[in-house]
Amino acid sequence: MAILEVKDLTKNFGGLRAVDSVNFAVQPGEIFGLIGPNGSGKTTIFNMISHFYPASSGSIIFNGADITRTKTHQVCALGIGRTFQIVRPLKRMTVLDNVIASAFLRCRTMGEARKAAEETLEFCGLTPYAKHLARGLSIASRKRLEITRAMATRPTLLLLDETAAGLNPGELDEAIALIKQIRESGVTVVIVEHIMRVIMAISDRIHCINHGQTITEGTPREVANHPEVIAAYLGHGGGGQYADH
Amino acid sequence: MLRERGWELSLLAVLLVFPLAVQDAYFRHLMILVLLWVTIGTGWNLLAGYTGQVSFGTAAFFGVGAYTAGLLAHHLEISAWWGLLLGGPLAVLVGFPFGWISFPLRGAYFALGSLALGEIMRLLATVWESLTEGMVGILIMQTFVSKVPYYYLALGLALASILVMELVTRSRLGYYFVSIREDQDAAASIGIDTTRYKMVSLSLHAFLTGTAGALYMNYMGFIDPQVVFSLSDISIMAILVVIVGGVGTIMGPVVGAFVMVAVQEIFRSGGFGGLKALTQAVGGGFLPVLTKYITQAHVLAFGVLVVVVIMTLPNGIVGDWSRIKRALRRG
Amino acid sequence: MDVLLQTLVAGLLKGGLYALIGIGMTLIMGVMGIINLAHGQMMMVAMYLTFVLFTFLGLDPYFSLLLTMPALFLLGAAVQRWALNPLLKVESLLPQNQVLMTVGIGMVLTEVMRFIFSSNYQSLKTGYSDATFFLGQISFSVPLTIAFLVACLFTSLMFWFLLKTDLGRSIRAVAQDAEAAQLMGVNAERIRTITMGLGAALVAAAGTLLLPVYYLFPDIGKPFTTKAFIITILGGLGSTVGAILGGVTLGLAEALGSTFLGMQYEDLVGLVIFILVLLFLPGGFKRLTKV
Ligand SMILES: Nc1ncnc2c1ncn2[C@@H]1O[C@H](COP(=O)(O)OP(=O)(O)OP(=O)(O)O)[C@@H](O)[C@H]1O
Ligand SMILES: [Mg+2]
Repeated sequence: MAILEVKDLTKNFGGLRAVDSVNFAVQPGEIFGLIGPNGSGKTTIFNMISHFYPASSGSIIFNGADITRTKTHQVCALGIGRTFQIVRPLKRMTVLDNVIASAFLRCRTMGEARKAAEETLEFCGLTPYAKHLARGLSIASRKRLEITRAMATRPTLLLLDETAAGLNPGELDEAIALIKQIRESGVTVVIVEHIMRVIMAISDRIHCINHGQTITEGTPREVANHPEVIAAYLGHGGGGQYADH
Repeated sequence: MLRERGWELSLLAVLLVFPLAVQDAYFRHLMILVLLWVTIGTGWNLLAGYTGQVSFGTAAFFGVGAYTAGLLAHHLEISAWWGLLLGGPLAVLVGFPFGWISFPLRGAYFALGSLALGEIMRLLATVWESLTEGMVGILIMQTFVSKVPYYYLALGLALASILVMELVTRSRLGYYFVSIREDQDAAASIGIDTTRYKMVSLSLHAFLTGTAGALYMNYMGFIDPQVVFSLSDISIMAILVVIVGGVGTIMGPVVGAFVMVAVQEIFRSGGFGGLKALTQAVGGGFLPVLTKYITQAHVLAFGVLVVVVIMTLPNGIVGDWSRIKRALRRG
Repeated sequence: MDVLLQTLVAGLLKGGLYALIGIGMTLIMGVMGIINLAHGQMMMVAMYLTFVLFTFLGLDPYFSLLLTMPALFLLGAAVQRWALNPLLKVESLLPQNQVLMTVGIGMVLTEVMRFIFSSNYQSLKTGYSDATFFLGQISFSVPLTIAFLVACLFTSLMFWFLLKTDLGRSIRAVAQDAEAAQLMGVNAERIRTITMGLGAALVAAAGTLLLPVYYLFPDIGKPFTTKAFIITILGGLGSTVGAILGGVTLGLAEALGSTFLGMQYEDLVGLVIFILVLLFLPGGFKRLTKV
């Protein structure tokens, strides 16, 4: 059974149809890539899953239960963690405190939460920054903090929104390694990414959308060779931006 | 721990022996006010400084607490001391529908709603004469002639509120409050029910403020809507106590309460009555005129203080202490 | 029936002035994203200015509009330039420190006026203060009718300004997305300063127009600040059309309240409406009209 299923998901912003009847199913344990040119509706899909705004129509099924109308904090409690494309650290708290705040979702006492937070920091490689204020972090560390904070809520499904954007090649390799490590720990991952090198390297399957509509879905190789995908990316004039680094 | 907390513990010691050392009723009265403001300021700090929900309606809860105590004595002829138990819960009850309406809305709704709540309560207390005696106010017999029992009650309440603060900031609640203040969406995304925890914060604020209001009624023996539901003397004063002392710090409201009561008194009484004494000693001249202007200017001073503090000490005396020290050392 | 009609007319006339107050506030809300809690106090300053011009120079209030509006424009712009804009750069834990700042400014304005003029009630009696004319059985106060017409004029001018001029377009651009506007070369700081000035000038007009039929004392600002934010909430934060609807609604509701419930309920009516709107129409009238 699919862990996450999206059925005819649609979102209208006034006259703009940002997401138009998108369907996909994510299998437990896989890394599922979601790609599309800028403004194609990827972040909007994430925002509907975590219910930052309601879907205009369609439904979202998580572990067999309909969560289309479940509130944001409950979605998280059910086991869906997410990161934000534009990072949103709790700026005037330390990195450790950021993660403790998340860890409280599954921990009862302060001691437990702190221990869980420290473990998650270690797992994600942020321990050296534990005492730093979140607002002082470099962009790479901020992206990592997004992932760490989401992981501290012990999700079974993790939604990653462009966590590799803005990283240098060395940091990219580390990010890829971390995502693989997260999958190995048993967490299913849906990843939105523009950098082809990342998405091709780690996705088991890729779903491609453009203008809110599905173009195709398949293995990285199938998607990369799909004529419409190539057209969608190159046709936007900015094709070079998505080429391999 | 002891070294870290050195000055706080010495302050506590001083406060404990204060009524024994100082017999003067006027200064005892001022200290009782300071302690009440510590409680009210701490409550506001919890809601605004820690949870990020700025309220202009502290007077609503203070007044409800005060009227709870006053009306129990006035209508039911029960001791007004019951207000000390019931004032807090009743204030929470008033806060509930208000938070329930305004918290799910984004933007300025909560701040505006709180301002409206304070005004509504004041107008209600003025108009509903059969219940509240309207503008005439409520007069009750005080239990004690001496100020000492009131002093220790106020001290106990202030200590309790700081204790609540200490406990909250070290627990899940504190983490959740601060997360909400920093970024409500991010907080929701890590599983925090933001509306619910904002309600908890509001309730703690209302409870502390309401209890302080009830103690005020018992102590002063007289209240009317203009006094206990006052926008400038209660709601704005509460904000000032915290921003002068230090938003989001535990000791901020304590420092702020001392400073603000002092500022208020300097203006209201012309330098703790000093100017008046001076006038009598020197006689005539410009002093009476000066005294008259200074006593009139206390609200102006408040306004100027708001402006100056926000511009120069945005994190208050405690929050900007290292900056202040550096500036003093430099010259 | 006549009482009702008379009440509606009185409410509508007052509503025109309220709309003027509300538009200034809404403009500030839209561009700065803050509620200006010194709005009514700025109106009070304009009223004292009108009072002084009349008492000492014999200037007719309608003529003094030409002085009070620019004067308050300068006051508003100065407040924004030197008290509010700097706060955007200050790192502070304090949420909404700009709103708190406007509270402080409101207190300072009130107390400075009290210093100069004392707390006594003042009023300004012109030859036409009590003049009325009749349409059928319904009486119309001459000054209130003039005020209503002038308010309509300013409101239309404001619309024309926002929609048709470059400056107006820049203001709307900053209101929609300050960062994007800045990228396109709009000086957002300057726009904020101008907007606060405009808001103050509009509320000054309302104050000057109101003075011939009202009374004046330093604390008059506060209830008008309350009215202004009620109107803004009614209209939906930041919507200009909404502010007009909100102003008229508040005027009508207050008139009905004081006729049928009693004068002392006038202020309470506005606050009750405020709560009802929060409960049932949290987006304000903007929700209904989509403007
Ligand atoms: N809150 C909103 N209100 C109105 N329109 C919106 C809103 N959020 C997104 N949109 C619009 O919806 C469309 C899809 O946006 P979305 O952010 O989902 O794209 P994306 O695929 O994540 O793009 P990117 O790769 O740039 O992150 C865009 O045209 C965007 O302008
Ligand atoms: Mg996106």
